Amino acid sequence: MNIPLEEPYIELNNVSFSYDHTPVIENLTFTVRKGEYLGIIGPNGGGKTTLIKVILGLLHPTEGAVMLFGKDRHDFKEKYRIGYVPQRITQTDKNFPATVFEVVRTGRIARLGFFERFKKEDILAVEKAMEISGIAKYRDTLVGNLSGGERQRVFIARALASEPDVLILDEPTVGVDIGAQKTFYEFLASLNSEQKLTIIFISHDVDAVSQETKTVLCLNHNLVCHGLPQDLLNEHILERLYGKHSKRVPHNP
Amino acid sequence: MIRAFEAGIAIGVVAPLIGMFLVVRRYSLMADTLAHVSFAGVAIGLLLKINPIFTAIGLSVIAGFGIEALRSSRRVFGESVLALFLSGSLAIAVIILSLSKGFNANLFSYLFGSISTVTTTDLVVIVTLAVVVFLDVIFLYKELFFTSFDPELAEASGLPVKMINLTMVTLAAVAVAISITIVGVLLVGALMVIPVISAMQYGHGFRHTLILSVIFSLVSVVLGLFASYYYDLASGGAIVVVALIIFLLSLALVKKN
Repeated sequence: MNIPLEEPYIELNNVSFSYDHTPVIENLTFTVRKGEYLGIIGPNGGGKTTLIKVILGLLHPTEGAVMLFGKDRHDFKEKYRIGYVPQRITQTDKNFPATVFEVVRTGRIARLGFFERFKKEDILAVEKAMEISGIAKYRDTLVGNLSGGERQRVFIARALASEPDVLILDEPTVGVDIGAQKTFYEFLASLNSEQKLTIIFISHDVDAVSQETKTVLCLNHNLVCHGLPQDLLNEHILERLYGKHSKRVPHNP
Repeated sequence: MIRAFEAGIAIGVVAPLIGMFLVVRRYSLMADTLAHVSFAGVAIGLLLKINPIFTAIGLSVIAGFGIEALRSSRRVFGESVLALFLSGSLAIAVIILSLSKGFNANLFSYLFGSISTVTTTDLVVIVTLAVVVFLDVIFLYKELFFTSFDPELAEASGLPVKMINLTMVTLAAVAVAISITIVGVLLVGALMVIPVISAMQYGHGFRHTLILSVIFSLVSVVLGLFASYYYDLASGGAIVVVALIIFLLSLALVKKN
C-alpha cells in the first residue's frame, strides 16, 4: 500500500545561484513537504544561508525554478506563510530601543497592507506567539536586555506571530549556551509535533541535526545527500561534506 | 516672534520624529549632511532671488535620493557617501557665494538660525510640510520601524525596503530643509539627534522613546526661542543648548536610578 505524500510546500528544481560568476549553490533539486522537520547541514561557505535566501526571495536564482506552496516564486505573495529566524539574532543591536512586544508584532506586518493598522486579531496572535515561545513575561522588556537564548525565542515568536506554515531557522543556536540549547530543541520538536509546523533548520552541528530532525539535507554547493539522518550521516558523507579526517563527536557519548 | 514660535513648534515635533529613525539606523550624520545640502540650496535661492526655503527643499530631496542610490549601490561606504555630499554641497555653496560677490547678510541667519527671518510664506510652507511629514510617519510607522530594526527580515516579509528607505530619506530631507530657518544649518542635526539620545537614556520601547523625544524637542524649542527673543541670541544655538541640558540631566537621572 502506498502512503500518500503530504502536500509540497517548497520545491526546488535545478536551482543554482552565483555571486559574481562564482557558483555558491548548483543544480539543487528537492522538495520540502507539509509536516517535515528538515535539517540542512554543510560546511561554512557551503551555500546553506544562500539557499535559504533564495527560498525567501531575498536572492534570485541564476538558474532553475523555486515553487512555494504550488506557486512560482514570482507569483507567491503570501509571505506570512514562511516564518524566518535569521542567523545573526544574538548580534542584533542591543541599543535599539524596542520592546519584546514591538519586535514580535513585526511578524504580523506580512499579513497587513500599507497604512493598515494592527487589529485585535493581530494583537491576539502576537500574544499567543509570545506565550508559546515562553517570553510573555518579557512583553515590555527591551530586547537588548535579554540573554542570547531569550532573544532567540523573541525572534521565533516573531516568526510564529505571522501564523506560518513553514518555520526556517538559520543556525539558531549560535551564541546560545548548552543548557538553553537543549530546551530550545525540545521547543522546536513540540512546534513540529504539536503545532504541526513544518521546520527547516540550518546548522553546522551534525550531531544536533542527526538527533533532532526527521530528515536531513547535506549541502556543499551541490546536494550531497537527502534522506533520513540515521541512513545518511556516515563517515563517507561527512568526508564529502567536511573533507578528510573529519570525525563526528557526539554531544552525549 | 509668533510666526517663529508656530514654525518652531512644527519643527520641534517633526525633527525628532525623523531623527529617531536616523539614530537607530546609525545614520545620525544624515541630518548634518542634508543640512549642508540645504545650505547650498539656500545659496542658490539667494543667487536666483527665489525664496531659499524652496530651493533648499528641492536640492536636499534630490541629494537624499542621490545618497540612497549611491549607498544601496554599495560602491561607496555609507559614511563616506555622507562625507561626499556634506563637503561637496558646502563647496558648491561657497562657490555660489563668491560668484554673488560676497556673503549676503541674510546667509548668517541660515547658518545659526534666526527668529526674525521667518516670513508668512515660510510659516505656511514649514507648517504644511511638517504636517505632511508627521502624517507620513504616523501612517508608515510600522514599515519605518521594521525596516529600521531589521531590513533583511522586512524584505523577507515582503516589504518594499528600497522604496521605504527612499521615502525615509525624502522625509528627512524635507524635515531638515524646513528646520534650517529656525535652527540653522550648523545645528539642525543636533535638534534631530540630541532629544532622541536623551529619550533613549530612559530605556523605554520605541513608541515611548519617540514620544519622549518629541516632548524634549518641544521643550528645547520653546525655551530656546524665549531665550533667543529676550536675550537676543541666535535661536539655533539657544535651542540646542537647552536640548544639551536636557541630555545631561537625563544622563544624570538615569545614572542615579
